Amino acid sequence: MKRWILFVPLMVVAVITGLFAYALLNEVDPRVIPSALEGRTMPAFQLTAVEDRQQFLTEQDLLGEPYIINFWATWCPSCRWEHPYLNSLANDEGVRIIGVNYKDERDLAITWLQDYANPYALDIFDPNGDLGFEMGVTGAPETFFVDSKGVIQHRFQGPIDAALWNNRLKAVYDALD
Amino acid sequence: MLPEYGQFALILALLLAFACASLPLYGVLAGHKGFQQSAKPLTWGMFFFLLVGFAILVHAFMVDDFSVRLVASHSSTLLPWYYKFSATWGNHEGSMLLWILMLAGWAAAVSHYARSLSLDLKAAVLSVMAMIAVAFLLFLLMTSNPFDRILPIQPPDGADLNPLLQDIGLILHPPTLYMGYVGFSVAFAFAIGALITGRFDAAWARWARPWTNVAWAFLTIGIALGSWWAYYELGWGGWWFWDPVENASFMPWLIGTALIHSQAVTEKRNMFKSWTLLLAIMAFSFSLLGTFLVRSGVLTSVHAFAVDPERGVFILMILLATIGGSLLLYAMRASQIRVAGEYQLLSRESFLLFNNILLVVITFMVLLGTLFPLIFDAFGWRKISVGPPYYNLMFNFFMVFLLSLLAVGQLLRWKKHDGANLVSLLKVGIPVAVVAGLVLPLVFGDGFHWQVWLGLALVFWLVAGLIRSIYERVKNSSTPLKSLMRAGGGYWGMWLAHLGVAITTVGVVLVSNYDIERDFRMGPGDSVQMGRYEFQFLGVEPVDGPNYQSDFGYIQVFKNGTAIAMLNPEKRFYHVQRSGMTEAGIQSGFLRDLYASLAEPMEESRQVWAVRLQIKPFVRWIWLGAIFMSIGAVVAVLDKRYFKAARGGQ
Repeated sequence: MKRWILFVPLMVVAVITGLFAYALLNEVDPRVIPSALEGRTMPAFQLTAVEDRQQFLTEQDLLGEPYIINFWATWCPSCRWEHPYLNSLANDEGVRIIGVNYKDERDLAITWLQDYANPYALDIFDPNGDLGFEMGVTGAPETFFVDSKGVIQHRFQGPIDAALWNNRLKAVYDALD
Repeated sequence: MLPEYGQFALILALLLAFACASLPLYGVLAGHKGFQQSAKPLTWGMFFFLLVGFAILVHAFMVDDFSVRLVASHSSTLLPWYYKFSATWGNHEGSMLLWILMLAGWAAAVSHYARSLSLDLKAAVLSVMAMIAVAFLLFLLMTSNPFDRILPIQPPDGADLNPLLQDIGLILHPPTLYMGYVGFSVAFAFAIGALITGRFDAAWARWARPWTNVAWAFLTIGIALGSWWAYYELGWGGWWFWDPVENASFMPWLIGTALIHSQAVTEKRNMFKSWTLLLAIMAFSFSLLGTFLVRSGVLTSVHAFAVDPERGVFILMILLATIGGSLLLYAMRASQIRVAGEYQLLSRESFLLFNNILLVVITFMVLLGTLFPLIFDAFGWRKISVGPPYYNLMFNFFMVFLLSLLAVGQLLRWKKHDGANLVSLLKVGIPVAVVAGLVLPLVFGDGFHWQVWLGLALVFWLVAGLIRSIYERVKNSSTPLKSLMRAGGGYWGMWLAHLGVAITTVGVVLVSNYDIERDFRMGPGDSVQMGRYEFQFLGVEPVDGPNYQSDFGYIQVFKNGTAIAMLNPEKRFYHVQRSGMTEAGIQSGFLRDLYASLAEPMEESRQVWAVRLQIKPFVRWIWLGAIFMSIGAVVAVLDKRYFKAARGGQ
């Protein structure tokens, strides 16, 4: 057997250790997932409104003002948790929130909005997750920050609360134009 | 005062471990018998003081000593006593202490049972295990002291145990898994001992084999417990997620499986020696990697409740020293191993080699998938996450080969096998497997899936091999029963473990393809039809538990108009931690599980709920197979020859 072969495992381990050391020392946080979509315009879509199955909404309807677009669902416990804060964002701070009801049922969604109040300026019904797929959504809730020209500026995964909004996301929202 | 005694006991254990790591090793290198003999008493001393330290920690949890920081942050007065007990290892510090205690326990067991093992090899083995203990005790005392106090003002009550961990599965899962992880340190120490003493004969493999089997049995049960726990506790009904930490426990299992098979070749045929040494080092290295991944937070997952970069750096240094050092030793010494013996393509050796290659390839594919997100990040490429599609495709692909070869491999003789007597098996077994795999799902299942066909055909093929193997044993015997009895623990262990593989495969294939999962909005009296079952939601009532409040659901299940089961899914709210937990309501059966979980209340009165209903055919078989595999590993250890060797010397 060639002797150098015996050193191969050692070298593999050295590479892997280096990788871990890099990750630890740079405090890589695998939970932060930047979106490939940042800096691009909203994908085109044509979907109905949650409350009205006759009314079609497209990406054109959202233009004109900055907004955040929030993917939510009635099956998603974190959305339920986030919901009261979205209400206060919309009512007290005047944030324009577009909802996307994601992989859900229309009846459930309408009941939910009646029960828990509706923070959404517009609410898009996306039962098959088509728009979610276009935007690379991995789960609900997920929120994108979009400027008045329809360019996605920031993506946030997970529920939003007051601390998060005031410390991080408010600055992002205020910077939208 | 007691917690201070506990800490003192740990410091004494560290000193003894340090002595045990150095003195016997010096004895081996200098050829001094007296120093070699010190290994056993030092090992027992280290074990004793660790036991004292652990007992004091358990005591602190049982009597609610909230002046100890660990108890204050992981327990509360409301917790039932058995969760107070298990809370001892339901946290970083306690679980590391348990890890080290088990290491010392394994070392003490080796020193006790390996009485006839030659003195120098035994001294080297115990010394290596003590070195690992030194490293982890330093880690414990320097970065995560379990006996840290909150003085002078202790909190009136604790912060309670994470509700996810308040469960029987979590009382058992970590200790069992750790027994497996740490158990591989024995095979590792034997391999290093062989490298240090330069004695590469079959003796070390013979001695390490039973220990490897027992460690592997623990690891198998530990992984199965984790999977079972995730199944009923997380409320999603999944049983395997290819989560980084699951992978971290699965990789040592795969390598351990390869090691068990390659040790057989080394013991019986005195071959694959260098390879077996490497596998023994790898099995324990992957166990350490598992510990590192869980404890450092380098990869996030559902398990990441112990994230601390400083500790991560420390464990990484231990990892580098242990794995790097042992592989360096291996690289320097293994070239001295002389290769002897030969075998033909159709022989047990070559099929065991295929087994090893496939298992190692699968392990590295899993490792790659686990590390990919890190690699991409290190090179500044975009962030990615590797999901189940990658793992399922890769794993299933290689498993098809592994299972196909396994059916034949278990029948082959060493060195050279006469192919003629396999022809009848191939002629009958393959068509039967292919047809049975096709017909059964068509008759009993809902629709045709080629995956089911392939999976079941492999299972039937494997079972045909198992039956054939028994037939080979009895065909030339006038007293078939006796010859089966005489086959011995080694044979029956293998047979049972391979049967376990078949059983688990059935479960995996059927539940993956035939499970039904739907979400409904249900109020009292609502009922829905799923498959052959009708689920009627009777309602939810509030119930008080010891440290939580619960919405306790009642779902009646009917089949053909007869009530066959009552499912009680729960939504619990734990007071102290202010968090909710979903407890699934499961009616388990041999052929299928009925599974219900409450997602969310849909209105203020908490009577109408989002309910997830699932039918999981054959899901129990996944864990049943794991039990068979573990029993097989233990039965193999009971083989007479190990006891003969222990009594009569080598």
